[in-house]
Amino acid sequence: MNTLTRALMGATALCALGIAASAQEATTLTIATVNNGDMVRMQGLTDAFTEQHPDIELEWVTLEENVLRQNVTTDIATSGGQYDVITIGTYEVPIWGKQGWLVPLNDLPAEYDVDDILPPIRAGLSVDDTLFAVPFYGESSFVMYRKDLAEAAGVTIPDQPTWDDIKAAAAAMNDPDNGIYGICLRGKAGWGENTAFITTMANSYGARWFDENWQPQFDSPEWKATITDYLDLMTNYGPPGASSNGFNENLTLFQQGKCGMWIDATVAGSFVTDPNNSTVADQVGFALGPDSGQGKRANWLWAWSLAIPSSSDAPDAAKQFVAWATSKEYTELVAENEGWANVPPGTRTSLYENQEYLAAAPFAQMTIDSINAADPNSPTVQPVPYTGVQFVAIPEFQGIGTAVGQEFSAALAGEKTVDEALAAAQELAVQEMTTAGYIQ
Amino acid sequence: MSRAVTPARKTINTVLAWTVALILFFPILWTVLTSFKPEPVAVASPPVFLNFDWTLKNYYDVERQRDYFDYFLNSVIISLGSTVLGLVLAVPAAWSMAFVPGRRTKDLLMWMLSTKMMPAVGVLVPIYLIFRTLGLLDSRIGLTVVLMLINLPIIVWMLYTYFREIPGEILEAARMDGATLSSEIIYVLTPMALPGIASTFLLNVILAWNEAFWTINLTVTDAAPLTKFIAGFSSPQGLFYAKLSAASTMAIAPILVLGWFSQRQLVRGLTFGAVK
Repeated sequence: MNTLTRALMGATALCALGIAASAQEATTLTIATVNNGDMVRMQGLTDAFTEQHPDIELEWVTLEENVLRQNVTTDIATSGGQYDVITIGTYEVPIWGKQGWLVPLNDLPAEYDVDDILPPIRAGLSVDDTLFAVPFYGESSFVMYRKDLAEAAGVTIPDQPTWDDIKAAAAAMNDPDNGIYGICLRGKAGWGENTAFITTMANSYGARWFDENWQPQFDSPEWKATITDYLDLMTNYGPPGASSNGFNENLTLFQQGKCGMWIDATVAGSFVTDPNNSTVADQVGFALGPDSGQGKRANWLWAWSLAIPSSSDAPDAAKQFVAWATSKEYTELVAENEGWANVPPGTRTSLYENQEYLAAAPFAQMTIDSINAADPNSPTVQPVPYTGVQFVAIPEFQGIGTAVGQEFSAALAGEKTVDEALAAAQELAVQEMTTAGYIQ
Repeated sequence: MSRAVTPARKTINTVLAWTVALILFFPILWTVLTSFKPEPVAVASPPVFLNFDWTLKNYYDVERQRDYFDYFLNSVIISLGSTVLGLVLAVPAAWSMAFVPGRRTKDLLMWMLSTKMMPAVGVLVPIYLIFRTLGLLDSRIGLTVVLMLINLPIIVWMLYTYFREIPGEILEAARMDGATLSSEIIYVLTPMALPGIASTFLLNVILAWNEAFWTINLTVTDAAPLTKFIAGFSSPQGLFYAKLSAASTMAIAPILVLGWFSQRQLVRGLTFGAVK
């Protein structure tokens, strides 16, 4: 056989291989997620999806929340097209949706039953009635308390408590000599940490971040009342070093039996009642976020959601995936494999009508009531120009929210008085909002 | 005449040196210890030092969630590739600056260093756009080139310092014997500067291995190195410190071992030319 014949045969074989490969070429979806239990669980269950869709392959990128945000914003802003599905929260969806960075999801198939999504969550993921992301799991915040300690102290915490009820219960349960603190609240600075909690508390006290002309409102008496009460609760009945406590630190304290009460994310309900990790699993009671009689409760609204960046080169395959991962079918798949207590909560009405779920999750009813009590379009007592309950859905909020949180954290650490912290918060908010052009 | 060192002074110096070394090493030690703790112990207050139930579960969980070897391989390729490529370019550059300096050589050296003074995020979007256009996003080649460019000023500066210690007469003698430029650099200069080149090589492998900004921002999955591997183990809700520590330990272990074995070379290279 001469060289030419060999070369021709080789070329033919290569062409054949190439044709075969392109005929079977699958669409690869790159999915960016954060590292939390529900997302990790989803990665383990995707075989069910790829079996139904042999032409779609999935690649996962798991990143820390802030790194994810930075990676994805760079990619979307430059139309890099590296990601097909991204995990974002209710803070980003309205901002990015308005920018045209996300693919609208109004055309999901009928069997997806979009009307089953909880109305407050759906409102938080839509811009002008266009849905830009579908919720993977949703949460509000509520009061978790120790039934045994409350009983021993002779206090009852009603299902719909006021802040006065909370103060009385914290004082009664506080027993620092035995390592038990009346109340644990977030103190670590950050727009997603203490600022989130304090903003919901402020909402229930009748305070607001901005008036209708975007003028910051930290000089109002409502804000002063909020911060004064927050500091009173934490200095008198909180754990030491609370200014560095975030969600994870308080979760550990509560699980180790060191907190009488803890007001935080509803998703913590499953952690504190899990006997494998919590020493107080069978002693936890739940109540709605407190109010002060002004019509708004201190509870937030958040949903980790799946969205498709407009730079994706496979939006159709991506739509099939996001519809599957947030479907009723997926919920049943998790229930089948991991039990009803582990299904992603807070997204669909049908889940809260499912008796098996209600029986497996003692916090379920309180979770749905908390979510329904939050309204992202009308978060406070007075009218506001923004959407978002524990955040303000404008791009500048991450910076302002964290800076303001640092002032409150400093006040909690005893480095500033209430007035100094609020004056500093007002000054920096006015400066940032002026620079950003919202106010003159 | 050397100063006499009294035994008391020697003891104080030794204690001082050990204290400083321990303080510097403590974060790494704490990370390694934490990686063997159950999650609740990792955040316990007061902190638990040694008295806990040692477990390998975190390592098991980390490996089960993500394939360490893929990230490791990318780290090796990118850090070695960028350093070798950098040396290939920097040896001739440093040769010319050390042995045939021009009027502007000092300015040139300063200017090279000035690129290190700019915050990386300032050029993220332009570089991202260039990478997108060239199809280099999430590719090992792209990342190798970027890391080489970032470390090139340091490589040139280090080599320049070492080369200046070598008498120019030796190179002249080689030239008199008829050596060409390339054989002069390859057969005469390089063997003499080997300790310096070796320490430059080691230091830059370490720098490239630990580089986190570009490696996280320019990769997705295919070229993702160990920095990206670590970045995925922090969690917004739920305990993660022990698993994050296990991932960090796995990421730093190879480079720590490399540093350990080559510390003599590294110290010699870094202090080379210190006594003048």
